[in-house]
Amino acid sequence: MFWNAVILALREIRRNVLRSFLTILGIVIGVAAVIVMVTLGDGATAQVTQQIASLGSNLLMVTPGKRMGPGQNVGAAPFTVEDAESLRRDIPQLAAVAPMASKSMSAIYGNANWSTQIAGSSNSYFEVRNWKTRTGRLFSDSELRSGAAICVIGGTVRSKLFGNQDPIGANIRLQNISCQVVGLLESKGQSTMGSDQDDVIIIPLRTFQRRIAGNQDVNIIQVSVRDGVSTARIQQDIERLLRERRHLSASDENNFNVMDMKEITAMLTSTTKIMTALLSAVGAVSLLVGGIGIMNIMLVSVTERTREIGIRLAIGAFEREVLMQFLVEAAVLSSFGGLVGITLALLSSVLLASLLKVPFIFNAPIVAVAFLFSGAVGLVFGYFPARKAAQLDPIEALRYE
Amino acid sequence: MAETTETDHVPLINLRSVTKTYGRGTAAMQALRGVDIAIEAGEFIAVMGPSGSGKSTCMNILGCLDTPTSGNYLFKGVEVGALSRDQRALLRRQYLGFVFQGFNLLNRTTALENVELPLMYRGDPLRTRHQLARTALDAVGLTGWEGHTPGELSGGQQQRVAIARAIVTRPALLFADEPTGSLDSSRSREIMEILTTLNREQGITIVMVTHEADMARYASRTIHFRDGLVVPEHETDHKGGH
Repeated sequence: MFWNAVILALREIRRNVLRSFLTILGIVIGVAAVIVMVTLGDGATAQVTQQIASLGSNLLMVTPGKRMGPGQNVGAAPFTVEDAESLRRDIPQLAAVAPMASKSMSAIYGNANWSTQIAGSSNSYFEVRNWKTRTGRLFSDSELRSGAAICVIGGTVRSKLFGNQDPIGANIRLQNISCQVVGLLESKGQSTMGSDQDDVIIIPLRTFQRRIAGNQDVNIIQVSVRDGVSTARIQQDIERLLRERRHLSASDENNFNVMDMKEITAMLTSTTKIMTALLSAVGAVSLLVGGIGIMNIMLVSVTERTREIGIRLAIGAFEREVLMQFLVEAAVLSSFGGLVGITLALLSSVLLASLLKVPFIFNAPIVAVAFLFSGAVGLVFGYFPARKAAQLDPIEALRYE
Repeated sequence: MAETTETDHVPLINLRSVTKTYGRGTAAMQALRGVDIAIEAGEFIAVMGPSGSGKSTCMNILGCLDTPTSGNYLFKGVEVGALSRDQRALLRRQYLGFVFQGFNLLNRTTALENVELPLMYRGDPLRTRHQLARTALDAVGLTGWEGHTPGELSGGQQQRVAIARAIVTRPALLFADEPTGSLDSSRSREIMEILTTLNREQGITIVMVTHEADMARYASRTIHFRDGLVVPEHETDHKGGH
């Protein structure tokens, strides 16, 4: 009975190819939209995760401010160099502690002018980020202590200011200080957020505080944990220590964050996830509209085929058999829409993924769910027309012109 | 008329004081006003009467498409009025065949598929369906036309496909509602000859509604309707012979 209904449905669809295609268009678009969004979202998330994993899983970032939600902080007092010192002294499991302050401003060399990010930190920063110089050197202890006017530059800054020239030994102007380039960093390429990591100038923290910021603030402390030590444990140690140093009573919430890579990943991918969810919701609405389209066409079809239904009932079809026939027809129709949508989605996902430079990740569950859902849409929206067909009076139906 | 003997003889069809009323209250229209009919297996009955005489209503009830308002309809001794819609559908698919004036074939569906339709609902496997449908088409002289759709067939051929569809299940009873109503006289004669052969050789009981006395002559007995009642036999001209 079921297979007969499937055969009848296929025959009926073949007879009205154009109409069937237009009917399923809503389903096609809905299914395709949902799958494309989820696939690209997965790709973006995977890319972020992969890049963060390449940074090393032993990195913790300590930032001031209360956590309001993913990626949102409210202001709180910045850290000081002493906070960083105390972390290094009291938590021996830390491999490196890099206090940091930064600001974006122009760097000038000769006629070249380039707006970039200036960061003040110590050699620990390069250790934490696992970053080496391509030519030249890092800072010496005495330069760090005295706040010498020297800098290490990233590859992008070098090419913007110096072209192919050797930058080592040259003096660049940052605001009102003249700063000698002592080192050129290896190229790191794009970061997880899509920003250029090589577009940076690093100077000693003391130099930054005294001559650029004019205060003692530290905006972020990056730390790396020794191999084989649990980051969760260290996270707690850092929190305890900083609560003490920031004079928080037991009832106060933390006014700073210690984020490990998992949290940073979550923070970075949350936007992607929200976008994916929103666009998928639009796709779902399209599925709903597609379902209504199917109901509409099925109602027309039932009216057009009143005589056929009359014949079937007269020669002994049960109500449920006629119901099944039209229900299966609607479900087959919308499943077709699902299949076409899936094909379309996979093709355009591959294309878009390569255009947006995110990896293409085949998400089998969402494809399966989209297919089942498209079939279900047919069943739900096909039920009313099918019931209408099944409940026709054979005598009336046979007389219908 | 209707036998009420003590023997266990049961007529194929037995209508007892059947009435049918459409609508309610003052708008009520009584289409049948107490009809008694008994039809034995193997008979070929012609049903005649002016339009509005109640013959179509009676045919719908006999064909188990409708139920009486009051009275009894016993088919093979089973009270049809007490059956559910599905039970009546089952009765139709097992014992009844229908031929309509307008042929009522499925468009854009081949003759073979049209004839197979009742077998599909009976649940026959595909091979049996093909075989039986071909046999039925042979019986109405349409060998070689299996793959043609109604649009490609003449009216007479379409009606023969419809007859093949009606007899493919080997029903006990065949209802023909003005089977020659839309055919010319020579096509009509062909159809009547097919029906007569089916009645004589396969023993299928036939109940045929017709307007034409010429067609009624093929039947073994004629039932006349007038004003929702069966006209007693002695009041009508005798047609054909018992």
